[in-house]
Amino acid sequence: MNKVLLALLGAASLLGALPAHAAPAQDLSQMRAYFQHKYPNVKLKNYVYGVYAFDADAMSQYKNIMEFPPFDNVVDKGKKMWDTPFPNGKTYASCFPNGGKDVVGNYPYYDPKLKQVVDFEMALNQCRVKNGQKPYKLGDMKTLGVLDSYARTLSDGMLMNVKVDSPGARAAYQKGKDFFFRREGQMNFACATCHYLYAGQRLRSQTLSPFIGQATHWPVFRGGDKLFTLQKRFVGCQKKVRAAPYKIGSAQYADLEYFLSYMSNGLPLKADVFRQ
Amino acid sequence: MLKCTSLILAMGLALSAAGAAHADAAAAASKTGVKDSGCLLEKNMPGKLIAFDRSKGNCLACHAMPSQPDAVAAGTIGPALINMKLRYPDKAVLREHIYDEMRFNPSTAMPPFGLNKILTPHEIDEVTDFIYGL
Ligand code: HEC
Ligand code: HEC
Repeated sequence: MNKVLLALLGAASLLGALPAHAAPAQDLSQMRAYFQHKYPNVKLKNYVYGVYAFDADAMSQYKNIMEFPPFDNVVDKGKKMWDTPFPNGKTYASCFPNGGKDVVGNYPYYDPKLKQVVDFEMALNQCRVKNGQKPYKLGDMKTLGVLDSYARTLSDGMLMNVKVDSPGARAAYQKGKDFFFRREGQMNFACATCHYLYAGQRLRSQTLSPFIGQATHWPVFRGGDKLFTLQKRFVGCQKKVRAAPYKIGSAQYADLEYFLSYMSNGLPLKADVFRQ
Repeated sequence: MLKCTSLILAMGLALSAAGAAHADAAAAASKTGVKDSGCLLEKNMPGKLIAFDRSKGNCLACHAMPSQPDAVAAGTIGPALINMKLRYPDKAVLREHIYDEMRFNPSTAMPPFGLNKILTPHEIDEVTDFIYGL
C-alpha cells in the first residue's frame, strides 16, 4: 500500500469515532459522552480548567496563583487601551452591544457577507478600522493580545454560545473539524491524537487536556507572564509536532477556532488564566 | 539518500490526506538548506540515547520502560516496553513496529519513525537492539 493511502486510512479511522458529517449538536453530545464515559469522575464544568481538572495538586497550585495573578498589570494596561477613545471620540465599547459586556460567548461567528469566520480578536480589529485606525497584527500579543486580555473579562461568566446556523457556517465548521482530526507533519499527529484520543493521559510528564473546554479561558499567561491567545497556542502545538503552522488569523485557524469553540458551548468563560 | 532528517523542523513533510500535496515541497526542502545538527551525533549514538533523546526517538514521551531505572517521567500513551524478547521473538518484527506502527494499527498515535524519516535506518537498527533487550 502506498504511504498516502495508509495515512488516509489512519485519518479515517481516527474520524471513525465521529460521523464525518454529523450535525454539530450531535458531535457535541457525542464528544461529551465520550469524555464522561472515559472520566466519570471529572465534572463537565471542570473541563474549563484543562489539565488541572485531572490533577488535584496542580489544581490547588493553580488556585493559589489565581488568587493574586502575576499578570494583573497586563490586564490593567488592556483596560487603558479599551477605555482610551479613538481620535473621533468613540471607544471600543461603541462597537459592541451592551458596551462589550457578555458578548465574547457569541464568537467566533460565521459572517455570510464576508464569507468567513470572525473571531473576537478580528472583531476588535474591525472596530479599529471602523473608527479610522489601522488594525493590529492578529499575532501581536503586545497590542491586540493586551487589549484582548481586558476586553474578554467583560464577558467573564457568560456561557459559550457559538452558533452554526447557515450553509456557509456549516462548511466552515466542517473544515475546522476536519483540521482537528487530520494528521499533519512529520510526527503524524492530529490535534485529536493528543486532545481527544489520549486526553487525560500523559505525554512524558505533561498531561494532555481534553478539547472540550479548551476555548473558554483566553488569553492564558504561560509561566505567569507570557500572554498567549488561542490561535497562538495552535501555532505552538503545530510546531511541537513538526507540522508547518498556519498564520494567526488565517481561514484555517479561524475555522479550527470555530469548531473548537462550538465544542465548549454551554461552559462559562473566564479570561486571563495561568497556564504552565 | 537524505541523511540526518530528524531535525528538519516544520517542513510540512505531511503524509496526511491534505499533506499529500506537500510531498513536492518536502522534496524541494531536502535539496536546499536543511538543519541537521543531529548529524554529528548520528554515527555513534547508541540505541538507548536515541530512544531517550527528545529530538530523536523520544520514546519516553509515550512509553514507560520499567527495566530502566533512569527512564523517568515517562508518558502513559503507549504500552510499557518490557519483556520484548518474549513478546517479539523475531527482532525484524519488532523493527517493523518501530519503522511504521501504522501498518499494524492505522489509527495509532505512534509516529512512523522509519516511514517518515524521523530516524535513519541505522538509528532504527540501534533503537531496535536496545528495545529488544528490555
Ligand atoms: C503531541 C501532542 C499534541 C498535539 C498533536 C497538539 N497538542 Fe495542543 N497541547 C499539547 C500539550 C502537551 C499542551 C499543554 C497541556 C495542555 O493544556 O493540554 C497543549 C495545549 C493546548 C491548548 C491549551 C489548553 C489550555 O487549557 O491551556 C490548546 C487550545 C491546544 N493545545 C490545541 C491544540 C490544537 C488545536 C492542536 C492541533 C492543531 C493541538 N493542540 C495539537 C499537546 C498537543
Ligand atoms: C506519541 C506516542 C508514541 C511514541 C513517541 C512512541 N510510541 Fe511506541 N507505541 C505507541 C502506542 C499508542 C502504541 C500501542 C500500539 C498502537 O497504538 O498501535 C505503541 C506501540 C509500540 C510497540 C509495540 C508494543 C507492544 O507492547 O506490543 C513498540 C515496540 C513501540 N511502540 C516502540 C516504540 C519506540 C522504540 C519508540 C521510540 C523510538 C516509540 N515506540 C515511540 C505510542 C508511541
